Amino acid sequence: MANPKPRVKVPKKASKGEVITIKTLISHPMESGQRKDKEGNLVPRQIINTFKCEFDGQLVFECDMDPAVSANPYMEFNAKVENSGTFKFTWVDDDGSVYESEKKITVE
Amino acid sequence: MARSNRLSLAAGVALVLGAHSAAFAGGPSDDKLVIDGEMEIMTRVAPPEGHPLDEVISGWHYRTEETRDLEADSFQNPGMLYVERGEEIWNTVEGDAGKSCASCHEDGEEFLKGIGANYPKWNADAGKPFNIELQINQCREENMQAKPYKFDAADQKALTTFIKHQSIGMPVEVDLTEGDMKAWWDKGEELYYTRTGQLNLSCATCHEDYNGNYIRADHLSQGNVNGFPTYRLKQSAMVSLHNRFRGCIRDTRAAFPPAFSDDLMALEVYVTWRGSGLGVETPAVRQ
Repeated sequence: MANPKPRVKVPKKASKGEVITIKTLISHPMESGQRKDKEGNLVPRQIINTFKCEFDGQLVFECDMDPAVSANPYMEFNAKVENSGTFKFTWVDDDGSVYESEKKITVE
Repeated sequence: MARSNRLSLAAGVALVLGAHSAAFAGGPSDDKLVIDGEMEIMTRVAPPEGHPLDEVISGWHYRTEETRDLEADSFQNPGMLYVERGEEIWNTVEGDAGKSCASCHEDGEEFLKGIGANYPKWNADAGKPFNIELQINQCREENMQAKPYKFDAADQKALTTFIKHQSIGMPVEVDLTEGDMKAWWDKGEELYYTRTGQLNLSCATCHEDYNGNYIRADHLSQGNVNGFPTYRLKQSAMVSLHNRFRGCIRDTRAAFPPAFSDDLMALEVYVTWRGSGLGVETPAVRQ
């Protein structure tokens, strides 16, 4: 896929104290830096190296990624929600690009 | 006659091996494919008349549990990224006529229902069967005055994936009564049973006689095509049907025909028919 495009799935509503499942997927080639092109030159590494999820500024989940992670990395994790707010998701690319996505959740 | 003798022998071998299947996890899985817990896909159906096998089984049943799960969740399925990209292309104006696919096919969703389940289809103007890729290229040249896609261009795969996905769950059905479709089917059948290459294999050797068994580390399926274009984990990308045909023929160490050549179109007609009744899975996820 040419342009990395994040996809995020967060429930729109939850009850106070509920543990919800968050799913994220970003289209990205995750070029490992170990492959060679037709002329035998190394294809430079370009991967998403960090993924982060915050809830109203508070860190929920963060991880580093390494070259063995396959294309279009998928992350799934849980979070306990106590009040309504916004989840912010950030992916950092080797080339310095930052891809972001936000999802609101209403706690009833 | 010789063929039917060989078939009954093969069936006998399969039975014997079936008894051991639990020991080395051979044979198709007994799971059910339900996408997002909502849509059950027909992955095991009764064969059409004249089919050599007792049951038509989707390749989904031959993959590992992890791979099967990926396809059952439309969010996790990486092929859905290409469906989204395909929808963008559908609505993007290209070419000198200033048109997109959507300019002519205004009611896209309704128009596309069933298209993916009923191709390849007879094209009277061209005098041959057309698959979705050829149909797209004809539209691009004649109606959009845009350049036809080169084989396996990223946009060709994404648009084909989007179009076929609109028929997800609908049963595969090829109309063999139109034009010369039956003659192309006959030619496809002949190719299917013709041994080629240094390894002297036909399609039938692996996918009819030995499906459910292993060829080295690979679990052989019936080779049905209801999930193409398919997301293959090996390539981390969509793989088109003609790419897969060529890959299979290359693996027999034979010279392989060009994509969309008469040989491969005949094979597509015949192999699609072999999967009649299976639900469209595009984008399927395979190893």
